Amino acid sequence: MNPNNIRCEDVLQEISNYIDGEVPPELRVRMENHLAGCAHCHAILDGTKNIIALVADGRLFELPLGLASRLYRKVRETDNDSL
Amino acid sequence: MSENRESSEVLTAANVSAPNPDITIAGSELASKLERERKLIVRICAGEKDLFYELMRPYERAVFLAANSILQNEHDAEEAAQEAVLKAFIHLDRFRGDARFSTWLIQIVINEARMKRRKERKHLYDSIDEPKTDDESDYKPQDLADWREIPSEALQQQELREALRKAIASLAPIYRQVFMLRDVQQMSIAETSVALGITEASVKTRLLRARLQVRDSLAPGYDGRWAIGDGHWNKVRPW
Repeated sequence: MNPNNIRCEDVLQEISNYIDGEVPPELRVRMENHLAGCAHCHAILDGTKNIIALVADGRLFELPLGLASRLYRKVRETDNDSL
Repeated sequence: MSENRESSEVLTAANVSAPNPDITIAGSELASKLERERKLIVRICAGEKDLFYELMRPYERAVFLAANSILQNEHDAEEAAQEAVLKAFIHLDRFRGDARFSTWLIQIVINEARMKRRKERKHLYDSIDEPKTDDESDYKPQDLADWREIPSEALQQQELREALRKAIASLAPIYRQVFMLRDVQQMSIAETSVALGITEASVKTRLLRARLQVRDSLAPGYDGRWAIGDGHWNKVRPW
């Protein structure tokens, strides 16, 4: 067995760190070699990256109407003269 | 060491011989934004208190979402957010600038939301916040090799937004909080760690679990897929 080979379990364990650029270069290369030939891990990588891109979209969470003004209610009450 | 996304781009640029001009611009924009914030804080502390709104405006959304990630109730989240904003206002002179203002602010919000939850749900509080065992990474993603990319345009659909929100809400609190700060609000790993008072290693472990779990919730399944129908993106299999 090639010592550079890496198992699916090990790739999945690091997949989040891989996306964040948080794995050491040597491990990154081994993961990339594995991902190039493993449809299963590649699908998980693609799906996870897709989810991260979707949830970063500001449209996902709408704020309650009028929140911006209510947010400072207590500040105004406390510091009526200044704000 | 983790840095925020903008900063890590700058660090990357420092490692190559010819810096990418876009990355350099992103870094300088961040630096000038932080400098503007620093000056605003100095002026507010010197008495120009009406500038507090200007300082806070970019973070109103983050404040609410951070509180809601813990309380999972809009009304409670608003109350905690109001209290946190008040504390930030009162204690602004204690901000020393060793962390970013946004991190300091979100830390206040998280603490406030946690206090509110403890106060109002004392009987439930014991086990939901911190796991007793370190089995956080023990999660096997579904074997779904047929992932079809969900395009961002699909977010126009209420149905998909609802499915995503449900998937996030169904995460255990420790995973949801990390996911909301890191992936929804795009804080860095280091900032998330400071805001939640956990180690960076814990942030990474919890993030892995949260990301895989949300992905599984949105995965099409063996018999389903995301497809265009009537000009809309639909998940063929109902969730």
